[in-house]
Amino acid sequence: MERFDAVVIGAGSVGLPTALALAQAGLRTAVVDAAPSLGQGAHKAAIGGVRATHGDPAKMRVGRESLDVFRTWHERYGDDIEWVTSGYAFVAYREREATMLQRLVATQRSAGLDVAWLDGDAVHARVPALARDGLLGAASSPGDGHCSTLLAGQAMAAAARRAGASFRFGERVSGLLVEGDAVVGVRTDRGAYASPVVINAAGAGAAALARQVGDTLEIVSELHEAGITEAVAPFLGPLVVDIRPGPGSANVYCYQTSRGQVIFCLTPEPAILGDDLVETSAFLPQVARRLVTLIPRLQHVRVRRTWRGVYPMTPDASPLVGWSSRVEGLLHAAGMCGQGFMLGPGVGTLIARMLRRELSDDDHDTLAAWTPERAFEGREALR
Amino acid sequence: MASHRLQAHPILDVTPRSGVTFAWAGAPCVAAQGEVIASALTAQGVRVFGSHAHDGSPQGLFCANGQCAQCLVIADGVPVKACTTPVTPGMRVEPLHRLPALPHGDAAPRMREVERVEVPVLVVGGGPAGLAAAAQLGLRGVRTLLVDDKDRLGGKLVLQTHRFFGSVDAVHAGTRGIDIATRLAEEATAHASVEVWLESTVVAVFGDGWVGVLRPGGRYVLVRPEVLLVAAGAREKSLAFRGNTLPGVVGAGAFQTLLNRDRVRFAERVFVVGGGNVGLITAYHALQAGVDVVGLVEVAAECGGYRVHHDKLVRAGVPIHTSHTILSANGEGAVASVTIARVDAAFRPVAGSERSFACDAVLVAVGLDPVDEFTASARAVGMRVVAAGDADAVAEASAAIFAGRIRGLEVARTLHACDDTVPDEWHRTAEVLRSRPGEIVVRSTSDATTGVHPVFHCAQPIPCNPCASVCPQHLIHVDEDDIRQVPTYLGDADACLGCERCVRICPGLAITLVDRRDDPAFPIVTIPFEFDVATLDEGAIVTVVDGSGGDLGAAEVARVRRAGRGADGTALVKVRVPAAIAERVAGLRPRVSAAPEPLDAWVSHLADDEVVCRCERVHASALRQRIADGERDVNALKALTRAGMGACGGKTCAPLIGRLFDDAGVPREAVTPGVRRPLFVEVALGAFAGVDGEA
Repeated sequence: MERFDAVVIGAGSVGLPTALALAQAGLRTAVVDAAPSLGQGAHKAAIGGVRATHGDPAKMRVGRESLDVFRTWHERYGDDIEWVTSGYAFVAYREREATMLQRLVATQRSAGLDVAWLDGDAVHARVPALARDGLLGAASSPGDGHCSTLLAGQAMAAAARRAGASFRFGERVSGLLVEGDAVVGVRTDRGAYASPVVINAAGAGAAALARQVGDTLEIVSELHEAGITEAVAPFLGPLVVDIRPGPGSANVYCYQTSRGQVIFCLTPEPAILGDDLVETSAFLPQVARRLVTLIPRLQHVRVRRTWRGVYPMTPDASPLVGWSSRVEGLLHAAGMCGQGFMLGPGVGTLIARMLRRELSDDDHDTLAAWTPERAFEGREALR
Repeated sequence: MASHRLQAHPILDVTPRSGVTFAWAGAPCVAAQGEVIASALTAQGVRVFGSHAHDGSPQGLFCANGQCAQCLVIADGVPVKACTTPVTPGMRVEPLHRLPALPHGDAAPRMREVERVEVPVLVVGGGPAGLAAAAQLGLRGVRTLLVDDKDRLGGKLVLQTHRFFGSVDAVHAGTRGIDIATRLAEEATAHASVEVWLESTVVAVFGDGWVGVLRPGGRYVLVRPEVLLVAAGAREKSLAFRGNTLPGVVGAGAFQTLLNRDRVRFAERVFVVGGGNVGLITAYHALQAGVDVVGLVEVAAECGGYRVHHDKLVRAGVPIHTSHTILSANGEGAVASVTIARVDAAFRPVAGSERSFACDAVLVAVGLDPVDEFTASARAVGMRVVAAGDADAVAEASAAIFAGRIRGLEVARTLHACDDTVPDEWHRTAEVLRSRPGEIVVRSTSDATTGVHPVFHCAQPIPCNPCASVCPQHLIHVDEDDIRQVPTYLGDADACLGCERCVRICPGLAITLVDRRDDPAFPIVTIPFEFDVATLDEGAIVTVVDGSGGDLGAAEVARVRRAGRGADGTALVKVRVPAAIAERVAGLRPRVSAAPEPLDAWVSHLADDEVVCRCERVHASALRQRIADGERDVNALKALTRAGMGACGGKTCAPLIGRLFDDAGVPREAVTPGVRRPLFVEVALGAFAGVDGEA
């Protein structure tokens, strides 16, 4: 049986950067995924926004670490992942959102994040494409940005390979190998791998995998739809988020890629539960009305493609990262609540520190907040 | 600028339409009323509409069907597809270089709620299959909505100036495609329960059973049918060769669309790639419009299209290069020449056999694939869906008519609108109409020395019987139970009246009449002729040729029966020839033009590589490298190279990528296909938002 120091289940938004971090830490690492190539689950459905400006301390910490990885990827590894430090603008057209965002900006600033409240004129000067009427201001975080999830995933896998990680695609994990109360490897439909550490980064399949050893991961699948347009000349600037609720939606957000395409998405409200990835007729009219209202000139841009992806939601909208309490050596990293891509690199390096027992005080705080066995109280403001 | 509008045509009405003034790059131009921008520009001789944002290479018309975005221009400030956007008076059209800028606008426009319509049957496509299906449904009172993205019914029939093969009774054989379109449309729309939406494009099939339709003026409507009947036809396969993105390289369908729909010549000297029916017919249509056909390459040893189509071309003097392939289209800015080469038994080009010919367009006609995305999407979400015609299996239009008829009746039955079962003979006819041509038969000449009788120059069994149907004396035999047999003449020397009906109706222009009654030593041969007869006066000397284009010498025109009213376009030219060759004369050269000579030296294309994904300008080498590295997932290839991420949604490159795997020896079952997602075509966001006037 092939032996590894760590086996990562899932070559997605969490599994890829985790494999990279582990391989860079000198661990013999294998990644196993049932799909024929990387990122074929929720990873490729992610739109590619990356921010540190979250609403709770753990996400802010991990988010900042992730942001650094994405932002410096090109200079560090040489791949063009189409990163743009575009900033985010959470816009407000009503007092209610303005107040909420201003309060959040204060919290984020005290955590050391580069974010400021801009008034309506200042926002419109920076993003003239926004509808001016009623624009009260925006929480602006110029250091955030976006990149191609597809290229980033490929680049991470390539870097992980160079660092020594190996990938086993088209191979389905059929079970965990457990001896006594410790995991000793994984069994797949093609064979088995011995490893003292198994990382459950199986995304949509993570909860089922955890159940094999009696662990409960409190994950509910929600479905979001997104779309991408033709390429047009740069006009947008930051990734724009409008958190006003609308008919059938809790928010809408979009950005323009370095190639000029506009990627857009909304959060359905009430949530659409399940794992059916087929698009419905409701999304396009819904999102189009919101986008054209927010950014009138978008009425002229042609939509090229839409898709649906899974948000593995936890009760408090924070990830589940931590060792299994039942089986030694099994580490869950799942329930990313639709933020797996933007948090992934930070989660990966955190896991590497866990395995090397190099955790900082902040890391301990993060893990305390994200343990799968927490009580799930409260809910983050910007989920 | 020279006009490329048709001034004369043997079949089509070329009466000029009233003009609309617009501006191209600031210069005033005139378009025909209602014409799309692409046709208006082509008529002015404009071939380059802009340049590609990725590599700055020149771009022009490609699909002429709204599917890709190679023809993007800026019209009144908005980026639009030139091939689907009509010119409006005073429109200011600009070439598009780099990425288009969106017009500004500070306030949200007025938006409507999206309309939703429920209907028992939604028929996608108003071509032969869709119309025939709708007629059957209408006959049984089934409420049916038929949508078609064009501005008239008939599908590709409206581009077909030739008479159709098949059975006269079943599918209007012997009638021109353009006229069959009218008849089928009348049959379908005669029923009150059939509603037609023209210029309406199906853009998506959603998981909740709703079908997104974009109507004129950018009106987005959702339709939920109980049954989706897909009759969306076929799309042309693309071909990867060097220079394949040069303006001037188009699908044969695009050329036909401009020519036969819009009466605009896309080019003056064309080279055709592919010897199937589409390539052969397109070349013939080009000739009819006065366009030179420099040559046609077919990679196989024989052309795959009907022999009679092939023979019409060789009789007209078109060089057909079998066992040849195209190496490159060459030119600065637009096609100026083509380079071809002979292929070996494994279809690889043979070094040293390269030749180049001057031409201004390359028409790609290398086969058709069913438009299957509607069916596939509907199946994936569990909708009731049936496909008919080319959307189901590619065959002749006559077969599509029957397939549509069968599917229409079947759907009516499943909706309990009738108890009728599909008659067995319908299935039988459909099978016959779908069949491939049979082996060439050897025909013997008659031993007639007197009288008048027809001579058949068709030697290939195909489903066709107009000659037998039209003979008033019932002297022409085609087995009614299997019309795939070649016709035979049953009469003796005095039986034939010489009425010429068979000569005129033969879709293959493969029947002549030899009349020895006046002078047995110098019979009169009547030849069907579908080119301009303006110069063919009595006494003119013409070159007569045999069935395969062989020169039989000069002959004097004795008489021309022009295609008057009711004659439907086919002129009859009578020549007097020596008895020895009378039965061999099959046609005459339409005009005197020297066989095209190759250029002195063959043109080597300097660009490194052929483009596979033209929307994103992805070269074959990039994909070959990934495949050689072991990549087997098309989704990963897409992520790595962007192949398939462009405006056409992978419709053009997906089959080409499949061929790259074939070339690398990778079995198809080892390849994970790309995931297809809505939309089928790009649609402005404003249309989904309910903004009026957005398309």
